[in-house]
Amino acid sequence: MSEATGGGLKSWLTTTDHKRIGLLYFWTAFAFFLVGGVEALVIRLQLAHPDGHLVGAETYNQLFTMHGTTMIFLALMPLGSSFFNYIVPLQIGARDVAFPRLNAFSYWVFLFGGLLLNASWFAGPLFHAGVLNVAPDAGWFGYANLTERQYSPGPNIDFWLLGLQILGISSLAAGFNFVVTILNLRAPGLKMMRLPTFSWMTLVTNFLIITAFPVITVGLLFLMFDRFFGTHFYVREAGATPVLWQHLFWLFGHPEVYILILPAMGIVSDVLPTFSRKPLFGYTVVVYSGILIGFMGWGVWSHHMFSVGLGPIADSVFAATTMLIAVPTGVKIFNWIATLWGGDIRGTTALHFAVGFIAMFIIGGLSGVSHASPPADLQQTDSYYVVAHIHYVFFGGTIFGLFAGIYYWWPKMTGRLLDETLGKVHFWLQFIGMNLAFFPMHFIGLLGMPRRVYTYSPDLGVSDLNLVSTIGALLIGLSILILVANLWRSRTHGAPASNDPWGGATLEWGIPSPPPPYNFSVIPTVESRLPRWRTERHGPMKDPPARPPAPIHMPGGSWWPIVAAFGLPVMALAPLTHTLWVVFVGAAILLFGIYRWAFEPFEV
Amino acid sequence: MTHAVAATHHTSMGLDSRKMAFWAFIGSECLLFGSLISTYLVYKGRSVVGPYPHEILNIPFTSVSTFDLLMSSLMMVLALAAVQRGDMKWGKIWLFSTALLGLVFLGGQVIEFTEFVHKGLTISTNLFGCTFFVLTGTHGAHVTVGVLWLLTLWVRALQGKLGPANAMTVEITGLYWHFVDVVWIVIFTVVYLIQ
Amino acid sequence: MPRLRFWLLTAALTISGCGGPYPQSTLHPRSDFGRAVDHLFTDIFWWAAGVFVVVEALLVIVLIRFRHREGRPAPKPTHGHTVLEIAWTLAPAVILVFVAVPTVRTIFATAGDAPADALRVEVTGHQWWWEYKYPDLGITTANEMHVPVGRPVQVAITSADVIHSFWAPALGGKRDAIPGHVNRIAFRADAVGDYSGQCAEFCGASHANMRLRVLVDADSVFQAWVKTEQGGPAAPATGSLAARGKEVFLHSPCLACHTIQGVSPGVIGPNLTHVGSRGTIAGAIFPNDSAHLASWIADAPSLKPGSLMTRMKPPLTDPDIAALVAYLQSLK
Repeated sequence: MSEATGGGLKSWLTTTDHKRIGLLYFWTAFAFFLVGGVEALVIRLQLAHPDGHLVGAETYNQLFTMHGTTMIFLALMPLGSSFFNYIVPLQIGARDVAFPRLNAFSYWVFLFGGLLLNASWFAGPLFHAGVLNVAPDAGWFGYANLTERQYSPGPNIDFWLLGLQILGISSLAAGFNFVVTILNLRAPGLKMMRLPTFSWMTLVTNFLIITAFPVITVGLLFLMFDRFFGTHFYVREAGATPVLWQHLFWLFGHPEVYILILPAMGIVSDVLPTFSRKPLFGYTVVVYSGILIGFMGWGVWSHHMFSVGLGPIADSVFAATTMLIAVPTGVKIFNWIATLWGGDIRGTTALHFAVGFIAMFIIGGLSGVSHASPPADLQQTDSYYVVAHIHYVFFGGTIFGLFAGIYYWWPKMTGRLLDETLGKVHFWLQFIGMNLAFFPMHFIGLLGMPRRVYTYSPDLGVSDLNLVSTIGALLIGLSILILVANLWRSRTHGAPASNDPWGGATLEWGIPSPPPPYNFSVIPTVESRLPRWRTERHGPMKDPPARPPAPIHMPGGSWWPIVAAFGLPVMALAPLTHTLWVVFVGAAILLFGIYRWAFEPFEV
Repeated sequence: MTHAVAATHHTSMGLDSRKMAFWAFIGSECLLFGSLISTYLVYKGRSVVGPYPHEILNIPFTSVSTFDLLMSSLMMVLALAAVQRGDMKWGKIWLFSTALLGLVFLGGQVIEFTEFVHKGLTISTNLFGCTFFVLTGTHGAHVTVGVLWLLTLWVRALQGKLGPANAMTVEITGLYWHFVDVVWIVIFTVVYLIQ
Repeated sequence: MPRLRFWLLTAALTISGCGGPYPQSTLHPRSDFGRAVDHLFTDIFWWAAGVFVVVEALLVIVLIRFRHREGRPAPKPTHGHTVLEIAWTLAPAVILVFVAVPTVRTIFATAGDAPADALRVEVTGHQWWWEYKYPDLGITTANEMHVPVGRPVQVAITSADVIHSFWAPALGGKRDAIPGHVNRIAFRADAVGDYSGQCAEFCGASHANMRLRVLVDADSVFQAWVKTEQGGPAAPATGSLAARGKEVFLHSPCLACHTIQGVSPGVIGPNLTHVGSRGTIAGAIFPNDSAHLASWIADAPSLKPGSLMTRMKPPLTDPDIAALVAYLQSLK
């Protein structure tokens, strides 16, 4: 067998196996998640009391910018990608993704982009500044014209825009790959309307990625030209308007919200049926709701801009579209509850997190409706009320969903079960912690505390609420430590997992845990939506035999994806250091990598 | 090595995976150029200093470049047809002609840009300069990639490494080339013809 | 109903140990604009609370009733139910109609149009302070806006540098201050008081230090304030400490940035013609007293990170600073 199965550093650097890339995505994203979490804890400690002195204004502004940027682009999206990578090919009965080397390229670009962004924490001395001085500091939304060279002269914003451009390339490459994989590599008989819900939501998510990311690419391109080549895309004095950035950013940014939530919804839609031993209620409706949310996600961007003053007609239209999007979301929630109804619900940790997702996401959804209403939003936007909202959606929603995925698929990915007792302790601590941390923020905001402030006055009357919130954040931190311990412990002490520890209905549970490099000894033929369960018309399918009837050779590794990917951060060094020739070095590495990649003998 | 992943030979949609990925890529590129062109339109007429478009755009010159690019698409069609029927002699000729016409287009763009700079329009002069150079420059970068790609294929054809078995590669190159051509038609209309 | 919600929120706050008063609260509106928004939010709050209770209760009931028990027969594999699907598509849609109709009505009611006789105030956001101009009264001041109670006010908001957002919650919603754009809000304050607010759009290092006050005055108080503001700056008595302070001012870099009518023309920083009459300094973050003024003059950036008012080079001596403070305080 080829090196794809071997150990050693080289096998990981050159791997094109979707499962290994999935694990790389997982550990990298999880590490970034911890970094973003530490940033959040420093933020909360600073705000525990009014007039806090733990960090100064400049440091605080870097912390909240990097917290947002890290969590969205380096933690939540790639944690989703780790499941796209590991699970989707297994769910659709494929041996790998459509373009294994492009997949490796996506991962390495993501890693380098993330490292470049975070290098900014320590890069100060290279720019004649202190450590902790040149990290991005204009918010994850980076509103122009604050990001123009005139108002942000340092390299902070350069790190941010170059990092995001690089991460965009990673997301786009992965997007094309997964769209094609899901459409084209399905096992015989696995029609689109038999696709597991997680794979469906992965497809919708990746469609959103390939359509939304070009828009922010253009927004960032303009910013890059403004900062480096003296153009005036966001400069009022030249007749332009900084509001252009907001349109481009939110045209990307709102689909991005669905890019973050739809995979979690897909996970929940797979976990609930397994643990209630019932098919997903209203599968078709749930799938179409997901597609509809994806489409409608394109028509609501200006609800992030109600205070910009777009006029009453535009405000009314965007209020209406935004409220409409609550309908398919509500429909999904009712279908999930109906899935549980009449079931035989086993309270595994994965189920706890899936149900936690529903319970918390409802709160985020309802507060969302309150700022879908523009006049109400004028009191809420940019206040802590919105901070509460996004954390109920991204933490209560996306993170709970992704964690359900971890507890559900970890045995498949590693061959070891996670400890259920630790898991439940983790769940309850996190559940209590998040509500302590984020629920008071609704009040903090309504009482008039804006977001993104490094300090606040005791006069506001929000000091105690802030302290409660900080205590909640520390509880979340503790709960995450328990997760880390559980993941770590499972490596040696986790109970070995059978093929199918949960009695799952989908294809991934019919093969060993972890699966062999070729996944399926024989590509299965699928006859129903729940192939491994008995349904009215079909008996459970026979799992593939333990040994392949004939040897299966999987493509070996390739150095060229990592080489090509490495060209991108090198190119980014050129503008950062204002040295032109570096860009040619980077481009040469990239082109060389791509050229060798295109013409190496690689069996796909 | 024996044959690897059986699933890739048979695809669920009956469409080659690379070709499908390329269509997805083109969809994504539409959003990219869509954003660039929208910005051009939004900022049209908002420059606070000259030179303004009507003072500087040379429509007859650019019409010739546009015709050149259109002809290159025709060459591309002929190249693909030649490769598909295994006529590598004409395949090489048409591939090279496509790349050559692409190069001529790029040359035209270099001349146009130089002339504009001489007439006082740089990328930082005014909003027209910003939006014009970034839009047409991004398109020019796409043409450059296309030319490099075509020349690579041509060299491999000369080496005898490109044949009817690689028709899909040529077809995808053609998809890209035609897309870049269509985008130019839109840009030509929006920037040059509708002033 | 608004009463009940108020008590619910107050109860929650009391339990958490917060007493109030809440000078920046959105839940204690003191103008027509503020109340319109609050009514709308109250409606939405109750719809949301209702949905929350129903759905979460349903979830809890399902989890308890259908939890795993030994010997429970295998669940019936139901795949869906068309009537149910239609019902729970229509239910949220209907609720949203009840939210959308008052929403659109309030959007147009609060679009920022004021009657022609409204008091006009032009707000300009700066990094990190607010400039207020009263074009009909010929007044320019900073950070503390005075308006008369019961009279319509038309506020036009823009920015001199980056995007800010003007937010005085008791008087209504925020609007962004965007360079090159003018946004309007209109309100009629219905209670005399001192309402605090602050910049709501992240605008750089000292975003947190860009606060503001709106003082809603009784009509006579407002008229008196207008009269003072329209007059020139107070002239310090000859030989007084303040007079020496004026000399210091005239020989310092201060005059390059600050206007004192008839004394200096600078327009970068706040107009100081009547700075002595203001209750706060530095973007409404410090009380306007000798100690704060002195340390502010000596080293503004250490009190307000990023402040464009740099540390003076060479530094002023302590006696000079004391004189300058006396002068500024005399500018009532």
